[in-house]
Amino acid sequence: MWTHNAGNEAELAAIEAIVDAFNESQEEYTVKVQAFPQDSYNQSVVAAASSKSLPCILDIDGPNVPNWAWAGYLAPLEGIEDLVADYLPSTVGTYEDQIYSYGYYDVALTMVSRESYLNDNGIRIPTVEQPWTVDEFNAALETLKATGQFEYPADFATSFTGEWWPYAYSPLLQSFGGDLINRDDYRSADGVLNGPEAIEWATWFRSLVTNGYIPLKSGADPAADFINGKSAILYNGTWTATATRDAFDDVVFLPSIDAGNGPKIGGGSWQWGMSATCEDQEGALAYLKFAAADEWVAKVAGDTQNIPTTESAAAEVEGYGPDGENNIFRTYSEEFALVRPPTPGYPFIATTFQTAAQDILNGADPQQTLDQAVADIDANQESNNYFE
Amino acid sequence: MTEVIAHVADRTAPAPLEHEAGRTRPPVLRRVVGMAVRIVAALVFGLPLLFMVISSFKPDTQIFADLGGIQAFLPVGALSLDNYTGVFERVPFATFLFNSILISVLTVGLGIIVNSMAAFALARLRFRGQKLALGIILATLIVPFEVMALPLLWEVNLLPNVDSLGFYQGWLDTYQVQIVPFIANAFSIFLFYQYFDSIPKELDEAATVDGAGWFRIYRSIVMPLAGPAVATVAILMFLPAWNQYLWPLMVTQSEAVRPVMVGIDYFKQLNVSWGQIMAYASIITVPILILFIAFQRSFVNSIASSGVKG
Repeated sequence: MWTHNAGNEAELAAIEAIVDAFNESQEEYTVKVQAFPQDSYNQSVVAAASSKSLPCILDIDGPNVPNWAWAGYLAPLEGIEDLVADYLPSTVGTYEDQIYSYGYYDVALTMVSRESYLNDNGIRIPTVEQPWTVDEFNAALETLKATGQFEYPADFATSFTGEWWPYAYSPLLQSFGGDLINRDDYRSADGVLNGPEAIEWATWFRSLVTNGYIPLKSGADPAADFINGKSAILYNGTWTATATRDAFDDVVFLPSIDAGNGPKIGGGSWQWGMSATCEDQEGALAYLKFAAADEWVAKVAGDTQNIPTTESAAAEVEGYGPDGENNIFRTYSEEFALVRPPTPGYPFIATTFQTAAQDILNGADPQQTLDQAVADIDANQESNNYFE
Repeated sequence: MTEVIAHVADRTAPAPLEHEAGRTRPPVLRRVVGMAVRIVAALVFGLPLLFMVISSFKPDTQIFADLGGIQAFLPVGALSLDNYTGVFERVPFATFLFNSILISVLTVGLGIIVNSMAAFALARLRFRGQKLALGIILATLIVPFEVMALPLLWEVNLLPNVDSLGFYQGWLDTYQVQIVPFIANAFSIFLFYQYFDSIPKELDEAATVDGAGWFRIYRSIVMPLAGPAVATVAILMFLPAWNQYLWPLMVTQSEAVRPVMVGIDYFKQLNVSWGQIMAYASIITVPILILFIAFQRSFVNSIASSGVKG
């Protein structure tokens, strides 16, 4: 079994506990864990796939599942449907109506701020039922900027690279009414990535920089900058909760903005699947079925402080009970999560969107930039025969 | 800076007398400017290293709080060894260090033998296609490793291997897969070739008259004279071997054979541990720096005398 958790002690220990329990529960199969560092995990997997040396069981970042399934790296998990029926939809990886992976947890995007910043400046604290509109959000940023306390009142973590861009910023596009690709048939991005709604998103996104609301490029660690008082609102993931709570007793985790189509956040985190080249698929499947139990969902999600995928496991995890301080994150996932387009073309769509969004933030013409992104994505879809 | 200038000015006071005596010294202004340029260059190259070491003793939030000013380079605030403790808890550092040393030393040792032999054949022996062979070897210098990585991966995955359980196919997740592909090195062959070519051929002839064969000439005559070339090749092979990152990522699967450079990725989780990254980077960089500083004169001399100049 391969996992991306080298250096992530809490999650690795939880996974090893499951493996130990499985190995002790029967004598037919033995699972052995090999841990890789997350930052380079995908490269290791792709290299292994190209040399046909993938392990039987491996974890996969959610949005990559359709591509890896289409590329023949993964095999469908037969007979797992009932075991993952209660999972959050964003934590089950599917392709062509078959389940290829499942994850123990999800993470959520949130606007991190402090009650004192908002209350002192007369800014309404948004709720799940009544999130900030774009106008409200802009007004809040203008108010915070006017205090002179912050050079940039918000930090959107624009210094992050790679998957962060589509994960964090495409939900904002979707809230405006656009999308990365037309989800009716996953063939073309025309009309959704370059339509009027997308242009509206792009114009607003750029205005955050031109109005001085966010830095064009954030610091290397936006959460540390927030803790050091450099920004008042941090657009980031739930993984910042522990550090920001330790720093402030009035920290609040607010829902993302509603730009007309409800708040949207990215869905899908790390999930477990089985390689197509596994010589003992029965054994791999036996492990994956064993490991899908609520007990293990609670173990992994609890130890990593992430959002448990099932409600029953959530009840077992500290902070995720009905009145738990983290339960709001699960609500965000349930209410707002939208999986990144489950198409094998996603990796190309993701890098194209990242380039376009960076260009827009740097001042490129929105229509021209998004038209080009659509042309590139459509050409890739076509050249791969729409991944059919 | 004023003190430095004054100090320099004091030392240059007797310059006219020396000039009159026929010894040339650059004018004061030129020396001051030269010194200033050197100080700026030293700061440009030295401050990032200083920042790395100093930050390795600070908590993450303080690293970023100090970024705006000179404090970033000063050992101030809540200094501790926590980052170093964290590094040793998070990464099997001793294993990684041992692996890197083993891989680097064997790559360099075997590389010196193989590449010098190849260069000896090209420089001293006479055979048909000699120049063409040298040309082909040199041409491989322009092919970046990234281009060859995938075909190389497929190749090593087909090679026969043996362990305690018997024979099997594939070299992945072994030491040899990190060593063998890097032993033969076109640049090292070229350096040896250049150096061997400058050693008088008469020595070979004299040795041949005395009954020596080619291997004896290589071992007892040419190699003992090639000290600077050996030292240069050793340095130029050691650094990339120590810094290997992409290849180990592709071919290592267990921590038992993973080298130190890949270890830095262990700290890049969703919450990046900057202090631990700085501590880890210090641990893997500072020993090499100390080694270089200690042998600086020998390194520079060997590189200068083997004809490799920047």
